[in-house]
Amino acid sequence: MELRTLSYLIVGATFALYLFIAFWARANSTRDFYIAGAGVHPISNGMATAADWMSAASFISMAGMIAFMGYGGSVFLMGWTGGYVILAMLLAPYLRKYGKFTVPEFIGDRYYSKWARLVAVLCLIICSVTYVIGQMKGVGVAFSRFLEVEYATGLLVGMCIVFMYAVLGGMKGITYTQIAQYCVLIMAYTIPAIFISLQLTGNPLPQLGLGDTLDGSEVYLLDKLDQILVDLGFNEYTTDVRLSTLNMFAYTLSLMIGTAGLPHVIIRFFTVPKVKDARTSAGWALVFIAILYTTAPAVGAMARLNLIQTIQPSEGVYLVYEERPQWFKHWETTGLLKFEDKNNDGLIQYSADPATNDMVKIDRDIMVLANPEIAQLPNWVIALVAAGGLAAALSTAAGLLLAISSAISHDLLKGIVAPKISEKQELAASRLAMAFAVLGAGYLGLNPPGFAAGTVALAFGLAASSIFPALMMGIFSDRITKEGAIAGMVSGIGVTLFYVFQHKGIMFVPDTSFLGDMQPNWFFGIEPNAFGVIGAIVNFVVAMVVSRMTQAPPKSVQNLVASIRIPAGASAARDH
Amino acid sequence: MARLTEQQAKAYWRRNVSLMITLLIIWFVVSFGCGILFFDFLNQFQIGGYELGFWFAQQGSIFTFVILIFYYAWRMAKLDAEFGVEEE
Repeated sequence: MELRTLSYLIVGATFALYLFIAFWARANSTRDFYIAGAGVHPISNGMATAADWMSAASFISMAGMIAFMGYGGSVFLMGWTGGYVILAMLLAPYLRKYGKFTVPEFIGDRYYSKWARLVAVLCLIICSVTYVIGQMKGVGVAFSRFLEVEYATGLLVGMCIVFMYAVLGGMKGITYTQIAQYCVLIMAYTIPAIFISLQLTGNPLPQLGLGDTLDGSEVYLLDKLDQILVDLGFNEYTTDVRLSTLNMFAYTLSLMIGTAGLPHVIIRFFTVPKVKDARTSAGWALVFIAILYTTAPAVGAMARLNLIQTIQPSEGVYLVYEERPQWFKHWETTGLLKFEDKNNDGLIQYSADPATNDMVKIDRDIMVLANPEIAQLPNWVIALVAAGGLAAALSTAAGLLLAISSAISHDLLKGIVAPKISEKQELAASRLAMAFAVLGAGYLGLNPPGFAAGTVALAFGLAASSIFPALMMGIFSDRITKEGAIAGMVSGIGVTLFYVFQHKGIMFVPDTSFLGDMQPNWFFGIEPNAFGVIGAIVNFVVAMVVSRMTQAPPKSVQNLVASIRIPAGASAARDH
Repeated sequence: MARLTEQQAKAYWRRNVSLMITLLIIWFVVSFGCGILFFDFLNQFQIGGYELGFWFAQQGSIFTFVILIFYYAWRMAKLDAEFGVEEE
């Protein structure tokens, strides 16, 4: 069957499934809408969390980033998985015991202050909105590349699907669609990887294939890749450090605590029945994430090797441009590949030297998107990759939209502006907030603001420097006061924003960066995206110092802290 | 459901925190230690085609993370039972 028809069929079938779930899992109460009635099985929640977590960036871009960074790309692998260890031990079980609906609600109660809650809402919205723009763009891009429809049309279709299940079902609808989306995306990711690993090494498991010898030879795949890259003038793949050891250290730690502090991930752990389930569920989430994250480095390395060997089949032999394969032409038309014949010999020469390199652009996304075509896999595999990319973007977008809309309807409206509204009214308000959040995200996806490109990485820095420390100190100390927490959050997020803006421009407008985006000016050589950990340290220190100078929290707060540390006993969710 | 005395609650929390610290040390060693700080040193060893430091950075640390969480969950379930604080 033709590729385009197949793509429509497979993507259409997955969308029909999501809509079916939307009607089946409708929310009947605010408890359903915000936390899926706290009745989700820990393994199911693990799967939903994995889909919630793995975004268009994980699915489409990460393997490509690793392919071009080599060892340096490890910061993403360790950073985006190690956070779950922190989440499972330091946050999830206690927040589950506390048993309410949102992250700002916990901060407001623990720090006995509406101001603290408001600051938390602001931090949450800044983190989540920047993140959701990237997802909406991912939806539009996946549609336009695979199904050859307009970017805007694709975005609109994606919005309608999310609208149906998120507005009708809230967290309940989102949870069960995310489970389906996980299944789609993991098949779409692993099947091509298995094929390619088999082709190159004869080993069906990519995790083992990456450490195996090339099929029919005694040479290890990684040694071969190192050697080819060095011959072309690039750094050695397996030892290519990202900037400096200190920078890699800071970047990894920022991503880890950012992961643990992202509200749309944390609220997933409110949906399981018990504290015990919150712990195991984090383990299951990481199992499902690890399946993709341990496959990604294999995909990256193998795709890079495949690409180079296509262009340059053996030493000194180059591909003739006129005889380039179909996939090359296809991705040239999308602008992701660009060829410029520097010496007019009609051959494709690829090297690290900009003066002679003919491949002036190889977009990193191509490593996943074009992988099945480069490896000449059957059309249904290519169609599956389209459905997988859409599933990854939609599932993350829905989780983020729920975090945003529940902060608006539950924290701002019910918590601060109009505490007297009934549950029915709040449920209606939460649906309305969700509807507006979807429309707003769609608008931003259509007209991405100038700063959108730089902000997904920033979302981690912001979560790391504001929400994570406030939550952790709230659980591990009963001495932190409201003044301490507010001062800590404001200064943590402030320092991080200041550092990013001074190097990347205020709101990412290039001309306004007053120190310039130059390495010599970086604080100990730490790149702006890795600065969240410094912001977090500032947050911790400020909060502790201010708390020492202000009056201790009331007895009721000390009791709250004592009660969330122990699984048994009444949870605070009773009054809902 | 048993109510803990203040002393018992403190003992339970201490046991939890010390388990946590032990596991977080392992967490730190496999990722920041093996994957970053001792990367060059470990790379003189090989498993298959992987240099050991590289393997930890791109595979081994992630597998260890998974084991750490399940071990924590299992030990905490035992601790909950010992103090009689499981949820019914």
